[in-house]
Parts: sequence; C-alpha cells; structure tokens
Amino acid sequence: MTATTRTRPLSDSATMVRRQFLHMLRYPSLTLMLAGMPIVMLLLFVYVFGGTLGNGLGGAGGGREAYINYVVPGILLMTVASAAQGTAIAVAMDMTEGIIARFRTMNIARVSVLTGHVIGSLGQTLVSIVIVIGVALLIGFRPDAGPMAWLGVAGMLALFTFALIWLSTALGLVAKSVETASNTPMPLMLLPFFGSGFVPTDSMPTALRWFADYQPFTPITETLRGLLFGTPIGNDAAIAVAWCAVIALAGYLWAKQLFNRDPSAT
Amino acid sequence: MTHPTKRAAISTAGLRKSYGDHLVLDGIDLQVREGTIFALLGPNGAGKTTMVQILSTLIKADAGDIRVAGHDLATDPDAVRAAIGVTGQYSAVDRLLTGEENLRLMADLHHLGRGRGRRRVAELLERFDLTDAAKKPAATYSGGMARRLDLAMTLVGSPRLIFLDEPTTGLDPSGRRTMWRIIRDLVASGVTIFLTTQYLGEADELADRIALLDHGRLIAEGTAEELKRLIPGGHVRLRFADERGLTTAEGVLRDVFPLEPLGLDAAELTLRVASDGSVKALRDLLGRLDDAAVDVEELSVHTPDLDDVFLTLTGRPKSEVETQR
Repeated sequence: MTATTRTRPLSDSATMVRRQFLHMLRYPSLTLMLAGMPIVMLLLFVYVFGGTLGNGLGGAGGGREAYINYVVPGILLMTVASAAQGTAIAVAMDMTEGIIARFRTMNIARVSVLTGHVIGSLGQTLVSIVIVIGVALLIGFRPDAGPMAWLGVAGMLALFTFALIWLSTALGLVAKSVETASNTPMPLMLLPFFGSGFVPTDSMPTALRWFADYQPFTPITETLRGLLFGTPIGNDAAIAVAWCAVIALAGYLWAKQLFNRDPSAT
Repeated sequence: MTHPTKRAAISTAGLRKSYGDHLVLDGIDLQVREGTIFALLGPNGAGKTTMVQILSTLIKADAGDIRVAGHDLATDPDAVRAAIGVTGQYSAVDRLLTGEENLRLMADLHHLGRGRGRRRVAELLERFDLTDAAKKPAATYSGGMARRLDLAMTLVGSPRLIFLDEPTTGLDPSGRRTMWRIIRDLVASGVTIFLTTQYLGEADELADRIALLDHGRLIAEGTAEELKRLIPGGHVRLRFADERGLTTAEGVLRDVFPLEPLGLDAAELTLRVASDGSVKALRDLLGRLDDAAVDVEELSVHTPDLDDVFLTLTGRPKSEVETQR
C-alpha cells in the first residue's frame, strides 16, 4: 500500500504531536503538578521570605510588594525547569513502551517521535507559564511592560523552554530508567537559586557570584526583568539568546544520536 | 552468496549476531516463500526474538546477506519497513490512547488520508471484534484484546510480510484459537507470515515450513511431516500386571526383535517396543504375548510428534524447554 519509501517529517511530526496532546488529556495531573510546584514556590517566597528579602533589595519601597516583582522572573524559569523535568520523565516512560519499537520498524520520519514530545511539552509548558503569571498577577505582581515587551517576554520564555526541552529529551533518552530520568534534570531546578532568580548576585560570596553571573539562567532572568520592568538589559539579551541556541542545538543533536543508536547496543 | 528464489519473501545467508561475547545467532541460512507461514521454533533464549528484530530492521546484524520483501536489509531498510508489519512479543500499543485512537495513529502515519483512514479503522475494529471497546483506553484491555489491537495496528498499512513474535504466548485457549484463525485468514489473502513460537503444536498447526532454532543455530528445517520423518518411528508402550509378566514378555519379544532395544522400565513394569502402530502389527504383537500366556494390562500407541523431533535433535525434552521460561 505504501508505495513510496520517502518519509514525510512534517506530517509525521504533526501526528506525533497529536499523540502527545492526547496523552496530556488522559493524564492531566502531570500538567497540574508541573504548574503547581512553581506556584507553591511563588507563594512560599512571597509570603514567607518576601517581607524580609524585599527589604534587602535596597530599592525604594522594599518589602513584600517589591519582592514579588523581583522574584517572578526566577519563578518563571523554575516553571520551565520543572516542565523540562516532566519532559525527561515522559520521554523515558515512552521509551519503555512497546509502541516505540513499532515506530522504529515503520517507514516514518524517525525524528517525529522526538519532535512530537518536544512540541507537545512546549505547549504544555506555555500553559503552565500562563497559569503561573495569572497567579502572580492575582497576588500583587505589577509589571509595567507594554504589549511589545510582553511579546518579548513570551519569545524569550518560548525560546528558553524549547532549548531546555530538547536537552531534557536527551536526558530522558540517556536515562536507563524512569527514576533516573526524574532525577537528572534536578540541577536545572536549582540553577535559578544560584543565579539572580531570587536575590541579586552581588550579595553572594565571590566564587559563587562568579558562577551565578556566568551561568545561563542569569542573563535570561535579567532579560525578562528588563522587559517586564524596564531595568537595563545591556548585552544580557544577546547572551541569553546565544545560550538558548547552544543548549537547543546540543540537546537536539544529542537526542537524535541517542534515538538513532542501535537499540541492541544499549 | 546465495541466489534467492524468485518468490522469496525472506532470504538470509550467513546471518550472525552477537552481544559482546555472547553469540546469539550463528550463521543462519533460510528462505521463506511468499504467501506461506514460516514458523521459527525454539526454546526461550534460542535467538528467536533477535532474529525477528533483525529481519524487521529494529537491530542490525553483524554479518550476512539478508533480503526482506525484495530489498537489501543493510542498504535499504526504509524500503523493507514500508513493506512489513511487526507484532512483537511485548504489546506495541499506546496504552494511554483508546483502541480507535491507536488505529487512527497508524492510519495517519501511513498517510492514508482522512476518509480512507476512517474506513480502514472502522473495518479493522469490526474484523477484530473491538468495536465495542473502541472508545476505551488500551490500558483497560484484556490480554487477548490487546493482542488483537496490536495485530490490527500492524495491518493498517496492509503489509505484504508480517512478523509475529510469539503471537499466542500468554493467551487463553480461546484467544489462541482466535489468533490462529486470524493468521490463517491473512495467509489466505496472500500475506507472508514469519512467526516465532515455543509451542510445537502451534507450529504443527499453522506453519507450511518449520525451522528449529537452538542456541543460535538452525538444527532442522522442513515441513512438519519432513521433520517427523527425521526421527525414529513410533512405538508401543506395554504395561504388565507384575514382574513375571514383564520378564516373560521381554523374553518373547527379544526373540521377535533381536536388534531393537526394548525400553524396559522395571519400576513402572513397562516395555517400549518399536512399531508403526498399525492394526496388523498390534495384532501380531498381542498374539505372540497371548501364546506365551502373558497378560497385558495396558497398551498405548505413540506416533512421532514434534516433541519427539525436539527431544531427538536437541537432546532435551520439551518439558525442560518449557520450564526454562
């Protein structure tokens, strides 16, 4: 019946994305959990630590009102990192399913199995981000961004999500078990803390500060902050985009190589 | 280099595969003709699944000339993939999706188009008796239903050659019979089937040709009848009431069959005598024992079956093979 052996990557990827969305509909608790964790962190940092941390920011006003505006970009990156963990788990779980062996013996564009996961997770993460921003606005987050700046925020977050999801797709593939896959992306969850996500880096000891200033989460946080509040961005935006491009490309190549390896070699 | 016959669906020459130091397949040469059922029979660990994984492009062979569905496996795996369907030992369905969604997924991946895909899905649901369960997630299906859905998914693309890796393992007798009927129907429509099984009866029941795989080597290949002819003929088993009967009978039969080993089991009070099991031979045998006034308490006739073939060729009884599971 299938006369041609030419594959159709776009059509096959669209099919695999539909498959992922059906998975999310059947298993909505994962989406809720991925959005829930950052919301808990947001409430914790605003209501428990916020009063004190806000006073330490050194700006005018201070207190809880100042801190919520400071911490939301960090929480948004944490949302993305938490979604990336979900992707790694979903990929690792999927690889244990017999249907993947079926896909491998079919004349389809192989990478579509991965792009299905990546685009599916991207959609899921953007939903989580909207929910987190919604909750933040409800509890007093007051950015002064215009429509263009919001567009920039959306673009920056989408790019970062795309990059981190390709990386965690590879982490999900390289993991020997679902348990490992849920642990390896953990450092990604911690990186917002070792950057400018929760407190300014100039309050840190020198060695830590050096790390915090140069790790990828910091320029992304500062770019978001600049877009939301008009603080100076400088070359942070360019550095942030470059980091995302490098992470996405490396994750993509790694994931592709892992998926194409002979399954008997593992 | 062998020249595959014109209508070979599969031909392999010198197929080898090892995992590290462990040689799994050791120089397999076989031919499967189009439109037939070929059964690869062997105990667990013999290399059956590896064989299917290689022929279905899932893993690569270390060596060998392999042609599947008219294409070279090494140089043109995509052409092979376009012509085959695989139903593996482990359920290859998406358990989060419903039966219908699983089939739709396959229809989309075969680019059947909306209308044609819908018709094909409805037709397969009907044919495999899954219409009532079409809207339920596959995770809720029984073993037999999941296996039927699995095979239905394989058929969406109308493959010419289908690999079935232990299609009935774990099914109850009625599920097994249903699967056998489906397999026969497929072959009747011109499809070639390559199946693996550890059930001798299944190979006997279904296959046009059977190959016995043991420790990565083909130890015999042929029709069920040819394989049965490979081994010594049938026998008659006689049981006596007491030891005296047994010894007398042995003396009598020793004169009749001077060269045959008489399987004597003193504990069971039985003798095993080579015989084709015909009425004439039995009458003759019983007549001689009657003349010697020996009472036979029980008599059973054994014609050779694939169990005997297996025992003879591997040196292990099939029961031992099965307990290795």
